[in-house]
Parts: sequence; structure tokens; C-alpha cells
Amino acid sequence: MTAEYWRWKEYNWRDEAIEWRNGGVVSAGVDVGSVSSQAVIMVDGKLYAYSNMRTGSDSPVSAQKAIDWAMEGTGLGLKDIHFIVGTGYGRVNVPFAHKSITEIACHARGGNFMYGPRVRTILDMGGQDCKAIHCDERGKVTAFLMNDKCAAGTGRGMEVFADLLQVPIEEVGDLSLSVGEEPEPVSSTCVIFAKSEAASLLRKGWEKNTVLAAYCSAMAHRVATLLERLGVQKEFAITGGIAKNRGVVKRLLDELKVESLTTTYDQQIAGALGAALFAKALHEKSKAN
Amino acid sequence: MFTAGIDVGAKAIKVVVLKDGAVAVRRLGLTGFEPRESTLKVFEQALREAGISRKELAFVVATGGGRKEVDFADGEITEVGGAAKGSVFCFPTAKTVIDVGAEEGRGIRCDSAGKVVDFEINEKCAAGAGAFTEAMSRALEMPIEEFGALSLKSTQAIPMNAQCAVFAESEVVSLIHAKTPKADIARAVHDAVASRIVSMVRKVGVEKDVVLIGGVARNVGFIDAMNRSLGFDVIVADDPEYIGALGAALVAHESVSHGRKS
Repeated sequence: MTAEYWRWKEYNWRDEAIEWRNGGVVSAGVDVGSVSSQAVIMVDGKLYAYSNMRTGSDSPVSAQKAIDWAMEGTGLGLKDIHFIVGTGYGRVNVPFAHKSITEIACHARGGNFMYGPRVRTILDMGGQDCKAIHCDERGKVTAFLMNDKCAAGTGRGMEVFADLLQVPIEEVGDLSLSVGEEPEPVSSTCVIFAKSEAASLLRKGWEKNTVLAAYCSAMAHRVATLLERLGVQKEFAITGGIAKNRGVVKRLLDELKVESLTTTYDQQIAGALGAALFAKALHEKSKAN
Repeated sequence: MFTAGIDVGAKAIKVVVLKDGAVAVRRLGLTGFEPRESTLKVFEQALREAGISRKELAFVVATGGGRKEVDFADGEITEVGGAAKGSVFCFPTAKTVIDVGAEEGRGIRCDSAGKVVDFEINEKCAAGAGAFTEAMSRALEMPIEEFGALSLKSTQAIPMNAQCAVFAESEVVSLIHAKTPKADIARAVHDAVASRIVSMVRKVGVEKDVVLIGGVARNVGFIDAMNRSLGFDVIVADDPEYIGALGAALVAHESVSHGRKS
């Protein structure tokens, strides 16, 4: 069997210090993306547990697996969760959700929680799309732009490159930063054409890290173009899987000449986190009525 | 008098040698990673087949995306110019030329002399080029020729949502998993490329006769999809991949003949 270099590590996490049985509101958000799915469980608005895994061919099954994995070891069952919001590309396919909310709204809400109320521009770099979002101090969307038509500038494009160069996807960013001199970016926008271009660069004797540097910088440029169309208002923050690729992030910030906020939260759960926050608010609203 | 046209494409190199303005030899080879070396190889093969030496060629014109690689050429023309020239030579009634290669698509309006009036090109995105159908045939683990022919057996039109070739590959895989008949998948793929190419060609205007050239015009599934998308039948050139090189060779021939006249 050939190695699957695109395959990133799936995981779940839980805050042992929180005991949901003592808490009040247990809310959850499930983000079924085109490439990855996350489930986040919050207790009284605090992050309690989450999972991050690859989306399978069946969205309802992926949603179920994600929430099951987030609940693993917590003693929680679906019936103990007061309100569940589904989001993401497959949001209508979360059978156990009480409501579905768009991923744009959820990312803004989650980004606001993760990075604080100062954040005004959120760039979400997902598996099959890329969104530039403006939001207010409460995490409400004020404007957005999105590319979901083209793999250039998305995680899927990076996966194709990881496979081509046989470099594990999680190592791509750091390896791309190990070059002595920054190469010219890959000139093809289209991932399919960029692949041929990269193959010919390798034939010319370019090292893997140099080819990756050229691709990371091409991706950064592509995303920068989208962001510049919307405009970058401070503070700026990045979410999604590519936020973990230092090679793309550094080159993007250099090109835009901005800094980005940092967080201790996992950037890949922003959408599900936002959904869980909406779930809490919706539950409280229903109680109040 | 011998003249030659060399078309250095993304995937293949085509050489056409003319004797007194009529086709004497045609030769094709893969571009590979060393376009310069490959070009020289195909060129020499063509010369050998024609039984002539380089010195006996009065004029060589290069065309194609890699035309700069032909450092021994006496002149060069754009792909669009070569396509128009070659198409009108084969089909004097041609008004619109649709040229679809491995990594680009072109819509060209031309006059009766084979001069370009207007054109549109896509060379940025695989979704409007041969690379798209090739990627999908790979996903179905099928040679492209078989994939094209299979689409003619389709019994129903199914939609393809993805535009991008990378995303479409995942979509095709899910369609296979969902047990969709492969013939229907093949048709959906060809319809998708055809509709993107037709909408590009409409920007320059579609005027009959419409000639289809380029390597992708070999694909019967694609021809069928183009006819469906346009609402009438296109004229498909024989050996469509050579038309650009033929155009270049004709320009070479004319530049020598005109030179002699003056």
C-alpha cells in the first residue's frame, strides 16, 4: 500500500477539570465540512470536549461519529445535550441537530470566542473553501467573500501537494520554511497545472523544500488576493486547517503586512465552536419563552 | 520547396512538413519534462521521414505554449494564429474555431483568409481543458479513449456540481461509491467540460461553420457533448491535433513564397 501523505492525525480532547453533571447548559456544535468534521461540546459556555476527524462519504454518519467521539469517556449521551447546532457544508445532514446555521455565521462567532472581541477580520482556510469574513465585536458577520469553486488556496490543494512530494501534510509548512532563499512562487493557479509545474521543477533538480516553499507562497498569494478584495480590518485572525501550516501563514502575513492574533484554542474547531455557542444561546432563549 | 511548422504543446509536440504548400509529413511526440530535447527529436524524425536535411527547409515557424523552446525556428506565431490559419486551410467556410488542448481551451473567430478577428483563451484552469477529462478518466481507472466512448452509452444526464478538477475527482469517486453507472458519470464529465468551453466561445460569438480542433477533438464523448451544448454539430478536423502545426507550416510557406514574389 502506498503511504497517504495527505492524511492528518484525527483526535479528540476533553477538559478533565470540568464536570458536566454539575453544570447547567450543555450545548454542542457539529461542523461537517467537505474534508473534515468537528464536534464541540460546551458546558455553560466553556469548552469541554471536542473531536476532529476526516469526513467520510456519508455526512450523517460522519456527524454521528464526530459527536460520539467528542462524547467518548464523558458519560454524556445525546439526550444529555440541551441543544445541538449543525453547520458546515453538510449541515443539513446532521440528523440529531436541533437547528442548522451557516458556516460563515459560525466561524465568525467561533473566531470571536477564540480570539476575543477585538477580531474584525477572520480568514477561514478550510478543506474545500476559503472564506474572508468581517465581523463586529459580538462576532456577528458584517461582510464576507468566499471561494468554494477552485481548489487553489484550499486544504485539498495542499493535500495534493503533500502526496505529490511525499511529505506528511503536517510537516509541509515547517519544511517549506527551511529554504535558504525564497524561490519564485509556482506560477500556475490551477492545482492540476501546479502539479505538472512542480514535477518539472523536481526534474530540474529543485529540492522538495524549495518546491513546497514555492507552492506555499503561491497559495498565500492566492488567499491574499481574496482577502484584499474584502479588505483587512484589524485585528486579523486565521482559522481552519491551513492556519496550522506555518509556511502558508507566515508568507500570507508577510504579503499582507499584517499580524495575526494568536490563540491557545485549536483553530480547526472554530466553526463547531461557533455552532455550540449558538446552541447555548438558542437553548437559553427557548427556556426564557 | 519544403517548409515546416512546429507546435510545442503542454502535452505533445506536433511537426508538419510541407512540400510546395501541401502536407508531406506529420509527426507527433510527447513533450515530457525536457521540451527542448523532445522538440528536436520529433523534428529530426519528421525530417528523416521526409528524406530531407535541415538545410533543405526554406522556413520553419514555431507555435504553441512552448514555442520559445524552438531556438532554431525562423519565425513564430501564436497558438491562436496557427489554429485559425490551419482550420481555414482545411475548411474554407470556417468562421469559428474551437481549439481544446491538454491544458488550455480557445475560442477563435476568423475571416476567410484564416486571420484572427477575435479570441478567448482559458489556460488558467484545468476545468476547461483536456486535463479535466483525463483526471476523471484516471479516477475511473480507464484509458481516456475508452472513457470518451463509454459516455455515448449513457442513458441519463446526471449533474456534476464541482467545477474544479480537484473537487470533481472527489465527486466522481462518491458517484462511483453510490453505484452510479460509469457511462452516466462519463457523460456528466464531458458535458461539464463542453459547457464551460461553449460559454467561453460564446464570448467571441458562435458563427457557423464551427470547427473543432486540438487533441481533445479526438474524444468522441467530448464531440458529442459539444454538439449537445451548442445545439448543432461541429465540424471535426481529421487529425485535429496537427491543425496548429499545419497553420504554422502554412505561414512558413507563405513567408517564403511572398518573399520570392517581391
